[in-house]
Amino acid sequence: MSHADILRLAARHRERLGDTLHDRVVEALYSEAGSIADKAVSREGQRSKWAFDLALDRILTSKTLGIPAMILLFGLAFWITIAGANVPSAMLGDLLTVKVLGWLQAMAAAMGAPAWLSGFLIDGVYLSMAWVIAVMLPPMAIFFPLFTLLEDFGYLPRVAFNLDRAFSKAGAHGKQALSMMMGFGCNAAGVVATRIIDSPRERLIAILTNNFSICNGRWPTLILVGTIFIGATAPAALASLVAAGSVVLIALLGVIFTLLVSGALSKTVLKGETSAFTLELPPYRPPRVLQTIYTSLLDRTMIVLWRAIVMAAPAGAVIWLISNIDVSGQSIAYWVVSALNPFGLLVGLNGIILLAYIVAIPANEIIIPTILMLTLNLSKSALAQKGVMLELEENQVRDVLVGQGGWTLLTGINLMLFSLLHNPCSTTLLTIYRETGSKKWTFVAAALPIVLGLAVCFLTASFFRLMGWV
Amino acid sequence: MTVDQTQKACGGCTSCAPGRLERYGLATAGADYVVALAGNPNTGKSTIFNALTGLRQHVGNWPGKTVVRAEGGFSFDGRRYRLIDLPGTYSLLSNSSDEEVARDFLLFGQPDVTAIVVDASSLERNLNLVLQVLEITDRAVVALNLIDEAERNGITVDDRALARDLGVPVVPMAARKSKGIKDFLQTLAGVASGEVVCRPKRVERFDAEVERAVNDLVRALHENYPGLPNARWVALRLLEGDPSVVHEVQNGTLGEAAHGHRPDAEVALA
Repeated sequence: MSHADILRLAARHRERLGDTLHDRVVEALYSEAGSIADKAVSREGQRSKWAFDLALDRILTSKTLGIPAMILLFGLAFWITIAGANVPSAMLGDLLTVKVLGWLQAMAAAMGAPAWLSGFLIDGVYLSMAWVIAVMLPPMAIFFPLFTLLEDFGYLPRVAFNLDRAFSKAGAHGKQALSMMMGFGCNAAGVVATRIIDSPRERLIAILTNNFSICNGRWPTLILVGTIFIGATAPAALASLVAAGSVVLIALLGVIFTLLVSGALSKTVLKGETSAFTLELPPYRPPRVLQTIYTSLLDRTMIVLWRAIVMAAPAGAVIWLISNIDVSGQSIAYWVVSALNPFGLLVGLNGIILLAYIVAIPANEIIIPTILMLTLNLSKSALAQKGVMLELEENQVRDVLVGQGGWTLLTGINLMLFSLLHNPCSTTLLTIYRETGSKKWTFVAAALPIVLGLAVCFLTASFFRLMGWV
Repeated sequence: MTVDQTQKACGGCTSCAPGRLERYGLATAGADYVVALAGNPNTGKSTIFNALTGLRQHVGNWPGKTVVRAEGGFSFDGRRYRLIDLPGTYSLLSNSSDEEVARDFLLFGQPDVTAIVVDASSLERNLNLVLQVLEITDRAVVALNLIDEAERNGITVDDRALARDLGVPVVPMAARKSKGIKDFLQTLAGVASGEVVCRPKRVERFDAEVERAVNDLVRALHENYPGLPNARWVALRLLEGDPSVVHEVQNGTLGEAAHGHRPDAEVALA
């Protein structure tokens, strides 16, 4: 028998055994290891710590309760965030967008600054930064420490464990659950984290689908829109609970899209075998509360906020410029929004939202402030003529969007969906290009979610129209 | 009692003569035996590696891989050893580059002894790797490490029962407290010189369909490469389509693994 014959024989057997060989071999090894270990190991006493871990894992990683427990835990975190962010958000809004703004405008007037300069700097650059802070800081300052506490407690590997079965069904690597979790913080970081996946095929799937993890820049948008559009439809007592539920639902939808798209990719353009890996569940540790709050405020909240502010300043300038430079009697923003409006309304969004997503390509954090500024600048309302004075209380955000922007419940829902399903921010795209070294895959990473997002929004809008809700 | 007196008092007894370990650090040339150090991550593998070789060690990458490779030398009882630290892995079955490196070195580097470091507190998980290593090589020592931690958690491991079931020597250790290092070295020396003969446990209980395929391939392998020591493992790897094993079969170089050291084993090491 020649060498080639041996290989042919192996290939024939491999085909017959199918995909299950690996699992069957691993299973045989595990049962052997288990029976040897059982004979050699004896345990007594002092098991309290382990018993606690085991009992907890029996719930948190159980086949039936694991996923509901996960939804419940994250739901709780969002609910605390939404319920707790209301008051400080209103206070910050009042301080930055009313008091400080008024003070700045008074100062500019006293110095005799020309209207275009003070408009550009105060109504453009300053106001967009102020809104970013007022909208984003309170929810971030509550949500990030909560998330870090869960991380510190040792919960995140359990999430990966719970999701592993689903990922392997989707033909993806189980470690993708980990890079996905990372993506819930920042997609660029999530894309880098896919380096832990060795198979290039599975890694590419993880990179292309990382954008379906809601990142830090998008949580505040979802939390805000969920509060003022979805939460508001429920009785006051349940409002924050319903709002939290809607955010969890969108995040879950993201996980579902991750799995569906991974599955679709691995069945079409990225075919191949699924590889196995071992995940160690570390012992639960009592979280170090004070240290966690301190570091998550410094490491996460401040860094994300700083990035948002840095991005918001030029965006504010751009918005002010396109709203104030007129071309044949109307502002540039007007022309662009008018051009985008028919398509925007068709998919249940509007021209302003689409323009905002173009302006906000560098950072998703500034979507809401951008939408607000564009809405106010474009509607020649009394409010806008007074300057862009607006107290950023949540009710008033709603008033502006519904009153001046003509938003409906559908617009709110679709903005949440589009926030989940649109192109990654420019930082993430750059990271994808660096990690894949391929323009083609970077383009796919950008185009795939947009196409999906527009399709999903259009379907939702069509459904609403069919039911006669709008 | 001084060292001198100890040596006098113990006379010719070789069981615990002190000071027979010399750490050579970087100097690995002219080694009599090659020892591979395998084990799960976080089992104290590096502690043992450092205890044997001293703090000076050669750290580089495995050829063509971004996997760190550390090696060092020591001498014990007048014999010189070259110690290769394999990447810490939970298994040898997946296609991660860590596991590939460890797997290929055990299969093609043909170390004289493979020491497998295991965590006594989570024996079952660690045994998965041990069983996989024992499928590849029959000269192995299990370092049952972290027994102090296991005891604190109320876990006792019967090392003799374990040795009987695995068919290779098992040495209880607490390397961080330098406990068991000497026993470990002695056992290593015994296995390397062939004084201690291992009869490693091989998993024989795959289901009938896999068994049939494996046996079929093993027959073909034995026909071509008489005396191949780990034909079952090679057969399994071929069934999984492992590219490096397929490559060896294509080249016909697999047979050299059957006859101890291969000429290019040293090249693979360098």
